[in-house]
Amino acid sequence: MNGIGDLAVQGAQMLLVLALAPLLTGFVRKLKARLLRRQGPPLAQPYRDLIRLMRKDVVLAENASWLFRVIPYIIFAGTWVAASLVPTFGSGLLFSWSADLIAIVALLGSARFFQALAGMDVGTSFGGLGSSREVMIASLAEPATLITVFSVAMIAGSTQLSTIAEYMGSGAAGLRVSLGLALFALSIVSIAENGRIPVDNPATHLELTMVHEAMVLEYSGRHLALIDLSAQLKLLLYLSLIACMFMPWGSAPPQADQLALALGALTYVAKLAILGFLLALFETAIAKMRVFRIPEFLGAALMLALLATLLRFVSGSL
Amino acid sequence: MIAPALILVAVLLALAPAGMALSGIARGPAILYGACLMVATALCAIALSSLLDPAHPVSSITLPIGLPWIGAQFRIDPLAAFFLAVVNFGGAAASLFALGYGAHETSPGRVLPFYPAYLAGMNVVVLASDAFSFLVAWEFMSLSSWALVVSHHREAENVRAGYVYLLMASFGTLALLLAFGVLAGASGHYDFDSIRAARPVGQMASLVMLLALLGAGSKAGLVPLHAWLPLAHPAAPSHVSALMSGVMTKVAVYGFVRIVFDLLGPSEWWWSMLLLAVGGPSAAMGVLYALMQRDIKRVLAYSTIENIGIVFAGLGLALAFKAEGMDLVAALAFTAALLHVFNHAVFKSLLFFGAGSVLNATGARDMEKLGGLIHRMPQTAFALLVGCVAISALPPFNGFVSEWLTFQAILLSPQLPAWGLKLIIPAVGGLLALAAALAAACFVKLYGVSFLGRARTALAAEAQETDRFSLAAMFVLAALCLAAGIFPAFFIDALDGVSKSMVGTSMPHQASLAWLTIVPIAEGRSSYNGLLVFAFGLLSGSIASLAIHRLASDRVRRAPAWDCGYPDPDVAIQYTASSFSQPIRRVFGTLLFSVREIGEMPPPGSSRPARLTVEMHDLIWETLYAPIGSAISFATERVNVLQFLTIRRYLALVFSALVLLLLVLAL
Amino acid sequence: MHGLEFDVAHLLAGSLVLASFMMLYQDRLSALLNVYAAHAIVLALSVTWQAFVQHAPHLYVTASIALVFKAIVIPVALHRIIVRLGIHREIETTFGVGLTMIGGIGLVALSMVVMLRVTPTADALAREDLAFALSVVLLGLLIMVTRRNAVSQVVGFMSLENGLVLAATGAKGMPLVVEISVAFSVLIAFIVIGIFLFRIRERFDSVDVQALDRFRGERR
Repeated sequence: MNGIGDLAVQGAQMLLVLALAPLLTGFVRKLKARLLRRQGPPLAQPYRDLIRLMRKDVVLAENASWLFRVIPYIIFAGTWVAASLVPTFGSGLLFSWSADLIAIVALLGSARFFQALAGMDVGTSFGGLGSSREVMIASLAEPATLITVFSVAMIAGSTQLSTIAEYMGSGAAGLRVSLGLALFALSIVSIAENGRIPVDNPATHLELTMVHEAMVLEYSGRHLALIDLSAQLKLLLYLSLIACMFMPWGSAPPQADQLALALGALTYVAKLAILGFLLALFETAIAKMRVFRIPEFLGAALMLALLATLLRFVSGSL
Repeated sequence: MIAPALILVAVLLALAPAGMALSGIARGPAILYGACLMVATALCAIALSSLLDPAHPVSSITLPIGLPWIGAQFRIDPLAAFFLAVVNFGGAAASLFALGYGAHETSPGRVLPFYPAYLAGMNVVVLASDAFSFLVAWEFMSLSSWALVVSHHREAENVRAGYVYLLMASFGTLALLLAFGVLAGASGHYDFDSIRAARPVGQMASLVMLLALLGAGSKAGLVPLHAWLPLAHPAAPSHVSALMSGVMTKVAVYGFVRIVFDLLGPSEWWWSMLLLAVGGPSAAMGVLYALMQRDIKRVLAYSTIENIGIVFAGLGLALAFKAEGMDLVAALAFTAALLHVFNHAVFKSLLFFGAGSVLNATGARDMEKLGGLIHRMPQTAFALLVGCVAISALPPFNGFVSEWLTFQAILLSPQLPAWGLKLIIPAVGGLLALAAALAAACFVKLYGVSFLGRARTALAAEAQETDRFSLAAMFVLAALCLAAGIFPAFFIDALDGVSKSMVGTSMPHQASLAWLTIVPIAEGRSSYNGLLVFAFGLLSGSIASLAIHRLASDRVRRAPAWDCGYPDPDVAIQYTASSFSQPIRRVFGTLLFSVREIGEMPPPGSSRPARLTVEMHDLIWETLYAPIGSAISFATERVNVLQFLTIRRYLALVFSALVLLLLVLAL
Repeated sequence: MHGLEFDVAHLLAGSLVLASFMMLYQDRLSALLNVYAAHAIVLALSVTWQAFVQHAPHLYVTASIALVFKAIVIPVALHRIIVRLGIHREIETTFGVGLTMIGGIGLVALSMVVMLRVTPTADALAREDLAFALSVVLLGLLIMVTRRNAVSQVVGFMSLENGLVLAATGAKGMPLVVEISVAFSVLIAFIVIGIFLFRIRERFDSVDVQALDRFRGERR
């Protein structure tokens, strides 16, 4: 056992997701702009924004409580830990057994719980509006994610992401209807969870239908930077999740040598680019939904996930 | 171990009349609750020692009281020991809380005598080893808790709650009485050992199971037998509410497990389906009801229904796996259910204590009269936050562990051959996932509206931090929430004996695994490590905080709230409890509550305010309870005629009844 | 099991069910027609795959009929009809989408259980195919039941017919004549319904079939 090497790989994974997350967001923004025939901000803009925000003073609302100041760190910690447990360039990471897929979903749930609380802390109308809508969306998106997880876990016989990724990579799964439905459901959920069009618009302020931006309206400076970074990490996490479960090709097996790791990292970046492109394309092609259309959209994901699980249950006995 | 336990229960019983005497003295409540605290702690220690000691799992005793030919039999086996521990841990925490809280009681004479009696009743139910003592203790528990529910009898709502509770409790006891009657059979052996020796089979066994589900389910608050629970639990003083929600529902679970897993033999295939079909919807509907409430204690009561639903779904899974001979998975599901029993006892007590502290500090249970309490009651706010996160099944706290185990059991269920189960288990999995997500929404609302934001009334703005006993009770429970969340292995291992005695085997030993990971089946399948998740979270949060404060900026300025440029000093501008749950009400409400929102806009130019009327129906009450109620009152109206007869007619009635009975005998 | 053959057939049949669900979800008329076209394309693909797997050249004919008529001609014609009727932007408010979807899930579960139970001896490919086909048929019926607009009822009927074709191609050895006659019967049904639509519209100024119910009630 080369414990140090494993530790290094795990550490590299943690830093990689942190470093890549703003780039991914910048990439999607750039693509969207180009699709609209605009120039768009440079790829590095999210990094600059983050650094700039971190250097600024925090302006706290007068009646903000201690919880309000702690929450950005909680959200960041929860999201970062979750993101670093998803296999990116290689499976079988050192600590991947410490939390399985259900726990990763629940970690994101913790982050969202606190985010919704933060929205209500200052006692403004916008914050409450954002929190209230966020929990409504989450109340459908979270079960949809979990049931998707169920169906995938039943096919792979495990809820460990590393094991799932290896199983999918081995080709033993084949093409399955359940998997197709699960992919469909997970894509819808990813769009909703990351506040992308058509569920929420990440680029607006002062719009009555906004959700995420309304919750974090009172944040500024380093707190806002952390929350933005967490949101970017979350997008990366979901895309990595889709990549590792449904596009498992090329990622490095456990105990791989440097070459395989480098190859895995390359293919990982390529996968992210493809998924990011698809996301940008989808977002450009579709219009924002009314808030009360969202439950139907997510309800469809929930039903599809349920159908996938049901099919798995029934056809598993063939 | 049984003898000291019974002596301690006798002390509790003796405290009941003492309570009457003590209620007159100023320090009376403190003395009584102190005594209860000591007794409950001692009982808890006894229970733990027999739970954790594999050498002496069973000890029993027969006392010459009760029915002359069998006496009263008591026994501590692993199952009883576990529930004894839960009951007395809850009892001790509630007594500690009441040391401070009880001082605010307006009419201590109505609470003090019944409180120790109630504790004693719950203890005896768990210890009893014959049907007679079990039922007597069960009824004793029901009646003493009823007395506590109506202790504030001047509020009309509480009287109604007491009435409904009494009816439902009688119904539950009746069902259990019949269940034991069928169990005893023609031979009429009421002690559990004889029942085990001559188990009913076939349809009789199914009948017992149904009656046990009705009896225990109505006490535990399963949908649709839950109607009394959200009325009665909030009506009692808060420490009693905590006991009723956190502990008494668990005694009901104990009764069910004792009858179905222990006394009845092998199960029929459809029992598990019934349990799952009741448990899953209970979980989802309980939390949806909870989301619609504004009263803090009522939210907590409804969320109890949710958690009981999760427990029963776990028990249903255990039955299904046991029936198929998959003992290891059955042990997993059973352990998950019991762990959730313990977890729920801990965090629900904590939350009720918090609600009680808020009630004392502000005099309000309505969330829309609160707000901003985190500034006025910072310690209560912190402890309650832990409780809210734990009950929302979020890592790294304990609620997540038991739900995670339940999900793991669900994921193993495709191996079950029955078709019905194949269809129902994914649906139940979906409902449990939905319930978990909605629970998070519900507790964001509870905490966000009452503790965050700005104070909505003067009462909330001038609230004072609660006393040190109450705080101590809350912090002990909060610490336990975290401990059970990051060291779940020890708690799972403690349940080994129970699971062995009930489903035949136990989960693999967990505490010996590296880093205290829990691995229910196999490492490749699933594992979770609360300790590492917590440590990683703590580490990454601190790294981020340190790095940013060192390298970037650590300055803070205070300014008025931004609110997109339109800050409004009026506190009424904040989201209220009702407006917070409005989106969810719109998504789920039309179906479940037949909600109708009628918006009335004044015509242009008119200065009349617009009105929004929301109509909500409790469909279960209206379709199930109301018809039964009106049928009964119709019947009683008719029978009422009998009250106004002449003496001659009364005599004729008695006489004809006598002749009729004799005729029956003769034929 | 059968490896790739099985997997692809399974996936295509499953996608047909998925498309049926999308039709169930879609309450905008023009979008519904697009989904129906997609439904037909998936059907055509599925039939082509069956033709390839079973080495049955006549199924290629079925596939091309499906592609030409159901995926192109009928949707285009229906698009024209709804534009002429002026209802192409209409949104139907039927039962809640969630409720219908739950009902749909229940139907799929039902057909799965029924099919897998009654055909224990058939080979796995046919069993799954039949189960999916029955689901598509039932979902088509569900669409017809839950919609009030005559056009969407027609679309529901067409998707039901797609399910029948799926079932027929899954079962080996269906004669070509039956195929063609089924296809033509659908075409004729389509024409008849199309004419009806205009007649209904002339009479009642609406294609909402509730108008018919009201009319009948008055007459009685």
